[in-house]
Amino acid sequence: MVRLTVNGKAHDIDVEPNTPLLWAIRENVGLTGTKYGCGVAQCGACTVHVDGVATRSCSFPVSAAVGKQITTIEGLAQSGALHRVQRAWIEHEVPQCGYCQSGMIMAVAELLKNKPKPTDADIDNTITNICRCGTFQQVRAAIHAAAAQA
Amino acid sequence: MNFVPKMNRRSFVIGSAAAGGGLAIGFDLPFGPKEAAAQTAAPELGVWVVIKPDDTVVIRMARSEMGQGTITGLAQLVAEELECDWSKVTYEYPTPGQNLARKRVWQSYSTGGSRGIRESHEYVRQGGASARMMLLQAAANEWKVSVEQCSAANSVITGPDGKRTTFGKVADAASKLPVPEKPKLKDPKDWKIAGKPIKRFGTEDKVTGKQVYGFDLKLPGMLNASIKESPVFGGKVKSFDAAKVSGMKGVKKVLQVGDTAVAVVADSWWQANTALEALPIVWDEGPNAKVSNATIAETLKAGLDAEQAFVGNQNGDIKAALTSAAKKVEAVYGYPYQNHVCMEPMNATARYTADKCEVWVPTQDGEASFAAVLAASGLPADKCEVYKLDLGGGFGRRGAFQDYVRQAVLIAKEMPGTPIKLLWSREEDMAQGRYHPVMQCKLVGAFDKDNNLTGLHMRLSGQSILASVRPQVLEQEKGRDPLAFQGVFQTGEHAFGYTVPNLLIDHAMRNPHVPPGFWRGVNINQNCIFLECFMDELALAAGQDALEFRRKLLGKHPRNLGVLNAVAERIGWGKPAPQGVHRGLAHMKAFNAYVAAAAEVSVTGNKVKVHRIVAATDPTYAVNPAQIDRQVAGSFVYGLSALFYQECTVKDGRMVELNFDTYNSMRIAQMPKVESIIMPAGGSGPWGGVGEPTICVAAPAVLNAYAAATGKRIRSFPLKNHNIELA
Ligand code: FES
Ligand code: FES
Repeated sequence: MVRLTVNGKAHDIDVEPNTPLLWAIRENVGLTGTKYGCGVAQCGACTVHVDGVATRSCSFPVSAAVGKQITTIEGLAQSGALHRVQRAWIEHEVPQCGYCQSGMIMAVAELLKNKPKPTDADIDNTITNICRCGTFQQVRAAIHAAAAQA
Repeated sequence: MNFVPKMNRRSFVIGSAAAGGGLAIGFDLPFGPKEAAAQTAAPELGVWVVIKPDDTVVIRMARSEMGQGTITGLAQLVAEELECDWSKVTYEYPTPGQNLARKRVWQSYSTGGSRGIRESHEYVRQGGASARMMLLQAAANEWKVSVEQCSAANSVITGPDGKRTTFGKVADAASKLPVPEKPKLKDPKDWKIAGKPIKRFGTEDKVTGKQVYGFDLKLPGMLNASIKESPVFGGKVKSFDAAKVSGMKGVKKVLQVGDTAVAVVADSWWQANTALEALPIVWDEGPNAKVSNATIAETLKAGLDAEQAFVGNQNGDIKAALTSAAKKVEAVYGYPYQNHVCMEPMNATARYTADKCEVWVPTQDGEASFAAVLAASGLPADKCEVYKLDLGGGFGRRGAFQDYVRQAVLIAKEMPGTPIKLLWSREEDMAQGRYHPVMQCKLVGAFDKDNNLTGLHMRLSGQSILASVRPQVLEQEKGRDPLAFQGVFQTGEHAFGYTVPNLLIDHAMRNPHVPPGFWRGVNINQNCIFLECFMDELALAAGQDALEFRRKLLGKHPRNLGVLNAVAERIGWGKPAPQGVHRGLAHMKAFNAYVAAAAEVSVTGNKVKVHRIVAATDPTYAVNPAQIDRQVAGSFVYGLSALFYQECTVKDGRMVELNFDTYNSMRIAQMPKVESIIMPAGGSGPWGGVGEPTICVAAPAVLNAYAAATGKRIRSFPLKNHNIELA
């Protein structure tokens, strides 16, 4: 048994300690907003926050997450209000298929926490998620829009 | 239903009385009997529109949504004719089984070839118009006035003497009236909903993690499966040692799937996949185990000068033109295998009993999925059903090819009653693609002494998609694959735009063992690179400007010329570019749309920065400009990722690159500024596609700009093979 705290709630789950956090979240905790895209820390679809740090959960063992605060896309909204990144995403209609967007949004939410007014270069250096639909133009516009809201 | 996300504006089944109760749901699913029951009671006006008493308009969708915005566009077209209140519009997917039971009233489900809107706009608009006429008639009947005295706007019907009612109030009576056939459609000039950049459906669910993709499906009692198919295409399973892994935690079953694959079923997918990776499998690799990139390239090379070839386009006498040429220019190009790499890997969920086989699947063609269920289950059509889920990317991988559906059903058959969710690992997705085919091309141009282009021979040598996917087409075509000539064909939706007095475009078919498929844009990707890069080579040889050279050859094709001129003007062709920046152009007619691009790049050492691409598209009509804009920019990400990074290398009969670490995809840092010019010409001609056409012009425009910057012409891809990086 491993105890994970996901979106403020404790879950006791029965997994091998080396199970990737991604699959524990999806299959054992049952939150499927966090996506699998590569399993090898390349695409960012699985990005969650571990103690506030954007983390590619496919390559992060569950054992390392014990005792930490894990936030997934489902936990980003606070008391029923969408996070400003989510609101900007809706306003700018960022998603196409949407599959990469949970990870993209989690990565951006951390960026804005660390750099409230990121430059284009900050965005280029920090946001390395893959989007096969190619939504980058909207992603960039929406990041700046979300930053302007802070 | 409490674990289930709210499915705003979307439900997955229909349940009209005519569909026989329609509730094809066996489970607690992300769509509930509640919605379905409500729909059962709601009156159907024709087959495309259901209106509920509360005025909710439910529009039926046969096509699939994979991020391209088709569903929103189709709803706009129906709503436009219906004259309903857009805020009341939702949609639903009639199942393929229901379509079959109702003699295919919803027609094609195929969502590929950029067909979603362009091939169904007329009948769905008619569906909306007929429904409006039925509603008006019902109101007229109730008021005992003539229908001409009634009009509809915003879901409200008004009649003489201030009479007023709503769609919802008369829908029941309207549903009992005959459905008018071939109603008159609005002039697009009068569109109020169609043609507008209306926000697409479903965005909120995508940014909150609520959207349920095939990967996310949960059914009670469900088990998870991971699969490995012979990595050498055409190979078979010889043996596997199930005992080695069957004791592993969570593992429920280790089984062979057909002749070619082995799967592990477990409580969780992670357990299944971990066991599968530990499972010793011996393959009978078959006759292709020695095939490599080099052997394939040799085969194709021989085709470049082969006697026999299928003709796709011809006029004048190319032989004579080449013989009498004052100057000849020749070049050989090559294009690699590429994988779709949809962000959501392939998957399907199946539940089989002797009485019923049901499958949940993200599919570009619900009917193709249905056919796969039928074949794999062995059950009759009335015992099969498919429920479509929105796709995490499709790009052509999920339409004609339903291998994952077949596999899921075969596994479920071994465990009757237990729902099996089969997910492919990314590695399986890369190893078992339906790849963009390989092609080489030799081009020869002939000039007279005044530098007029007198002849062009374009010889393609390489793989036919239809030879393996739709061999019946080749039979009709006496062996030819007409699709090989996309963008350079004699006539039709992929017609060649240039007028050259002596022309021959032919294809020596060479089919390696690698399974080919339809990859976003399909054969326009390589054909546009071959043709449009060579056009620049010809212009250079003739000492002419690349734009002027093309203009002279496009006089007979004003719409081709129109998009080319539009991008040239916007990029500032002929005017000085910013310091260190160089420009390139390309254009094509594809899927009945006319498209062009002009790129600005700078080159520093081996690094190429693509600063800006101006794109133009003329798809005849533009149903949702905001979505078109996104498709254009998105297609460039897909196309430029392919140009710079992507090759599936064949070694020992199998694919080498198995994940994004070796098969890269562009990130935001590399994204150029994309400006799209949407310039629909209107008129009564065929509508053009949107999702694919523009993909083909990005790569040649960038390559031409690269050549302008460096004087170097690159003719084989991806560019990483030349140590060229995208900055
Ligand atoms: S799934 Fe974790 S980075 Fe791709
Ligand atoms: S929106 Fe489809 S992969 Fe990013």
